[in-house]
Amino acid sequence: MSEALFEPIREHLAEVTLEAVVAHGALALLVEPAQVLEVVRSLKDSFGFDMFLDVTAVDWPERQPRFDVVWHFYSTQHFVRVRVKARVPLADPTVDTLVPLYGSAGYMERECHDMYGIVFRGNDDLRPILLYEGFEGHPLRKDYPKQKEQPLVPYLDAKP
Amino acid sequence: MSARAPDTLPNPIRPAFTEGSREGSVIVNIGPSHPATHGTIQIVAELSGERVVRTDVHCGYLHRGFEKECESHTWHNLIPYVDRLNYCSALINDFAYCEAVEKLMGIEITPRARYLRTLLAEYSRIADHLTCIAAALMELGAMTGFLYLVTIRDYIYEHLADLTGARVTYSYGRIGGLAKDLPEGWLKRLGEILDEMETFTGRVHGLVDRNRIFIDRMRDVGVISTADAVNWGFTGPLLRSTGVPRDLRKDTPYLAYAELDFEVPVGIKGDNYDRYYVRMREIDESAHMIRQLMEMLPTGPLCVDDRRCTFPEKSLVYTEIESLINHFKLVMDGPQVPPGEVYSAHEGANGELGFYIVSVGGGVPWKVHCRSPSFVHMGGVHRMLDGYQLADIVPTFGSVNMIGGECDR
Repeated sequence: MSEALFEPIREHLAEVTLEAVVAHGALALLVEPAQVLEVVRSLKDSFGFDMFLDVTAVDWPERQPRFDVVWHFYSTQHFVRVRVKARVPLADPTVDTLVPLYGSAGYMERECHDMYGIVFRGNDDLRPILLYEGFEGHPLRKDYPKQKEQPLVPYLDAKP
Repeated sequence: MSARAPDTLPNPIRPAFTEGSREGSVIVNIGPSHPATHGTIQIVAELSGERVVRTDVHCGYLHRGFEKECESHTWHNLIPYVDRLNYCSALINDFAYCEAVEKLMGIEITPRARYLRTLLAEYSRIADHLTCIAAALMELGAMTGFLYLVTIRDYIYEHLADLTGARVTYSYGRIGGLAKDLPEGWLKRLGEILDEMETFTGRVHGLVDRNRIFIDRMRDVGVISTADAVNWGFTGPLLRSTGVPRDLRKDTPYLAYAELDFEVPVGIKGDNYDRYYVRMREIDESAHMIRQLMEMLPTGPLCVDDRRCTFPEKSLVYTEIESLINHFKLVMDGPQVPPGEVYSAHEGANGELGFYIVSVGGGVPWKVHCRSPSFVHMGGVHRMLDGYQLADIVPTFGSVNMIGGECDR
């Protein structure tokens, strides 16, 4: 792992990052939601982070803004990972889509939309992927009860 | 009074297209209840004659709320759930998850556990690749090859049952070590199985490698370029089949991989044949690694001496108050993991298996997210299906080795 790459990234992106820490072998950048596309484009074009690993969110119900949207990127040349985080509020959980930069972003953004209701601006295919059409709510939000059931096919012994 | 099932059931999916893009094309639905889609994937395909014009791949039929369930159990209790992600190589999932938690806790596992985990991860990789190739051969009608490989896989399952008590989902990893040490004679039998496996994989090589039918179905089918594979997030044998030696075991060595001598097999052009061959070669490399590890396996304790995660000796629990309390707290409250977040990835049999975990302190995770290779591969599999024949969907899909458990979580 060439963690020497982290210092130039920190310097290059100092103006647009709110926080940059190295923990457990990965660089973690906290950015404003509006800056995500710009930051990731620069990570991809200038630092070789050519693989979109993952996008998910973390729900902090007590906090404002409530959600962390978390991306992971990997460089197949330098063998290091970088994590990008942006905080979005419940009222407007919107970030820019990364589909123009990475093909794999599409599917994983659909999952994140399913599970947390994060809206990826510019991704016009946010159909349910792990859930089904008509599913109400976002199950990985902390206020979604774990035992809640939404059967698509009614139980045979259910009251009409 | 019992209600009748409605006459028409709501469609769980909304296809990306319902009309053909050209004259004379038809839309067909393949799966999810079809053996060739391994029971959980639905492919909506537009066909022009026998040619696939475009496809829309749906998953989620096996979604069971893995990540939601994780948020209400202790760190230790998740291990059986983690097993059920990729049930063809459950041990790799165990070790990847345990390592993520250990990183947050700042634990370094004992040398014996480190080598044993490496050995078992490679053993699981063999079982996974055998399953994948066997299923792919069977779907092409090569029943003999299927039976040869599944015979060996069954030897491996029985052998792992001797060690762990279960054939498929082992729950054998522990935070800070492993559940128990090797039984007597286990390594001797391991050597026998590896020898036998090489006889059988040799026979499969002889049966299919230069078989006209096999080559016609596999060569130049489902081709993907390196640039495309990286863009679509492909990892593991899929990415290596395109000709780049990207392997986390070499690139970011974990466990004991830095001390082992092994090669990273690559393909030539990323077609089905390359994916078959890369997996076969990886089986050879894994066997080579296991033989080295059998020699290197050190003696010593299996679990770290850390009261935060390792259970005390059972005899002490019954005789000593500190150990009794320790045991009680570990069961009731779970291991105390300090606040923080970590992304930790292992090279699973199908590609990068990553766990992103967030802790707020305490015995229960705040969030566990699994970056599963199968799900990512399903996002890009249409690149390997479009433009080929309808019948090519079966071998191409088989060569991706989608595992429903980790794809849909």
